[in-house]
Amino acid sequence: MSDLIRRDPRQEWIARNRLHPQHAELIAPAAETRGPSGLIRRNPHAVGFIGPNGIKRIDRLAGNGPQLGQRRGGAKAAAEVQLPLITVVTPDFYVVAVMDMVGGRLTGHDKDVLGQAHKLVRESDGEGAVVAVVFGESKEEAFDKAGVDRLIHLEGEAYAGYSPEARLTALSVIESQLKPRYWLFPDSINGGNELGCRLAAKLGERPATQAWQVDSSTAVCRGGSQRIDITRDTPRLLLLAEECADPIDETRHEVLPIELDTMPGTLVRIEDRGQVAVDPNQIPLAEAEFILSAGNGIHDWDQFHKAAEVLGATEGASRVAVDDGFMPRFRQVGATGTWVTARVYVAVGISGAIQHLQGIGQCDKVVAINTDAGCDMVKRADLSLIGDSQEILAELIQLVEQHRQGGAEDAA
Amino acid sequence: MPHDLNLAVLVSIGQHPKSGRARRAEQDARAVELGLKLVGERLELLHAGEAQQEVLRSYLGMGLKEMTLLEQPSAGDAVPALGRYLAQKRPDIVLTGVRAESGEASGMTPYLLGEALGWPVVTRIADIIKVENGEAEVLQALPRGQRRALKVRLPFVASVDLAAETPRQSAYGPGRRARIDNASVDAQQDQLRSQWQEAPARKRPKRLKVAKAKTAADRFKAATAKSQASGGQVLQNESAQEQAQALFKLLVEEGVLR
Ligand SMILES: Cc1cc2nc3c(=O)[nH]c(=O)nc-3n(C[C@H](O)[C@H](O)[C@H](O)COP(=O)(O)OP(=O)(O)OC[C@H]3O[C@@H](n4cnc5c(N)ncnc54)[C@H](O)[C@@H]3O)c2cc1C
Repeated sequence: MSDLIRRDPRQEWIARNRLHPQHAELIAPAAETRGPSGLIRRNPHAVGFIGPNGIKRIDRLAGNGPQLGQRRGGAKAAAEVQLPLITVVTPDFYVVAVMDMVGGRLTGHDKDVLGQAHKLVRESDGEGAVVAVVFGESKEEAFDKAGVDRLIHLEGEAYAGYSPEARLTALSVIESQLKPRYWLFPDSINGGNELGCRLAAKLGERPATQAWQVDSSTAVCRGGSQRIDITRDTPRLLLLAEECADPIDETRHEVLPIELDTMPGTLVRIEDRGQVAVDPNQIPLAEAEFILSAGNGIHDWDQFHKAAEVLGATEGASRVAVDDGFMPRFRQVGATGTWVTARVYVAVGISGAIQHLQGIGQCDKVVAINTDAGCDMVKRADLSLIGDSQEILAELIQLVEQHRQGGAEDAA
Repeated sequence: MPHDLNLAVLVSIGQHPKSGRARRAEQDARAVELGLKLVGERLELLHAGEAQQEVLRSYLGMGLKEMTLLEQPSAGDAVPALGRYLAQKRPDIVLTGVRAESGEASGMTPYLLGEALGWPVVTRIADIIKVENGEAEVLQALPRGQRRALKVRLPFVASVDLAAETPRQSAYGPGRRARIDNASVDAQQDQLRSQWQEAPARKRPKRLKVAKAKTAADRFKAATAKSQASGGQVLQNESAQEQAQALFKLLVEEGVLR
């Protein structure tokens, strides 16, 4: 056959004439054809299919959308993508990151530090492993997705509460056992700064503090009053500012435990006498850890105040509760009030208007107590109790009082 | 309080965060206030740096008659001089701020002094409640307005947090009349720091939320979608008692119920 391209004017005419009875047959299969000059031609009219209601449908998801006709569970399982697992078999060196673990979980700052650790590993030659050091109880389940290749988890009596001396001993053991190339700490008030400074003083290293732009050669650090940037060679020990690097989010890591040699004894000169009770209502709302917040759904205000007192929670309120004069203005949570950072936020009778939800964006656990199961607060909440707030609070007060008395009896 | 308690407070030259003018450092002033509360005028005020610093007078104006100055160039390393002086004087408690307000502001001074002297270091204290039988009861400031009680053996180094009591005003006249004693030290150059480059702080880029969606539809959803029910547990038909029990369990698990 000759490779001359022959044109069929009749076919072309039918193809152009959408009213021709043979038009559909001619057009349908050929979404992509080779044009007269040999180039691929796409016919936009030919893509898609006719939906059940007779309207043409084009699937632009290219197979990425949820599959129709599958069961819901199946679709969900498919949506949860298995991230690739990164393994480090025999590491040439270690980068050790000591975690804050506020409330037993990795903080955002911790994850940034792990991200920075991986950045330093990538920039160095040889295969390195990122070691996370965790003290005390851990509730974290996603160490693998945060980029932890090796985990040193130190638990027990010695590391409970405020125990900088025991922790420092453990870090010294790690120093002699792993000889890490870098030591990374979050420069935070949750213990990272303190531990980092202690280790730096002990090892005689001069740390980079408030470092926010670090690579393997230079580190940029914030100086006093956030007014200067200091550019210096990257030291072995770094105290990293928040958002120093992007956290790991596209890979999984092994989280293999590392056993430490036996710990030498520590001379404990600082004794922890436990936390002191502070009046929760003296704590600034923005800093409070546990907030019980009241909205328009509260009818018995005495009961609400009593509940807050019994629970030891700081009081918050929605704008309606404030406007109606039940709560002072400085207790208002939300866009025009205070942006709170509580770890546990209990919203009693609050519908969850967007202005209110903005203010609780940084809260970890949100609990909604509401009569309306369809309101926005229930959608945001980790735990929702659907029912009358008055009854639930009454039960809760009773439970906590029982718990307190039981505790007192146990202690006696 | 024992009558022979010796207390030294290390003060630095502060800096106003906006104007950059030299001032009384906030944390150091709180340390002085705490010292005055504990031992009154017997407090030993200590500064390592240049002599011509009017700011030092504002610490003296808080009710002190004299202070000791370890004279050295301001770029020098203050820790060796302070360490030697304190090792010789042996006070029972050394108070410092948590972080300086100018320069490197690494916050390492208390730790390095503690290491050099072999004393325990307590960080971010809000108050010293009492000193008895060679032990001090200290209140430490924790994040979120919490406090922790600690017991420390004397002697120790402590850094004072902003949560400590606010400092009294400084009186100008008495501050002028107070005496500044020079103690001579052999100044140490800060070798490492002279190699660093300092520049006015650059604005840090804000972290952008990157939508890692593969398709336009996903990106659109990420940009516009309201928060959906994210698998939160909903208790609808349980009795009020069971619901309260579930909430109670969560509060205990999170450790907020004390
Ligand atoms: C410019 C602007 C700024 C704003 N800024 C803020 C802000 O900063 N903070 C803020 O909070 N609001 C703010 N608002 C107001 C906001 O839009 C809402 O009006 C407000 O948050 C609603 O408060 P609420 O949820 O307490 O009341 P409602 O919306 O009336 O909700 C009451 C809820 O209580 C439930 N309820 C009723 N009875 C019971 C019962 N017995 N037991 C249990 N639940 C019950 C109901 O089901 C309902 O969900 C702002 C509004 C504007 C226009």
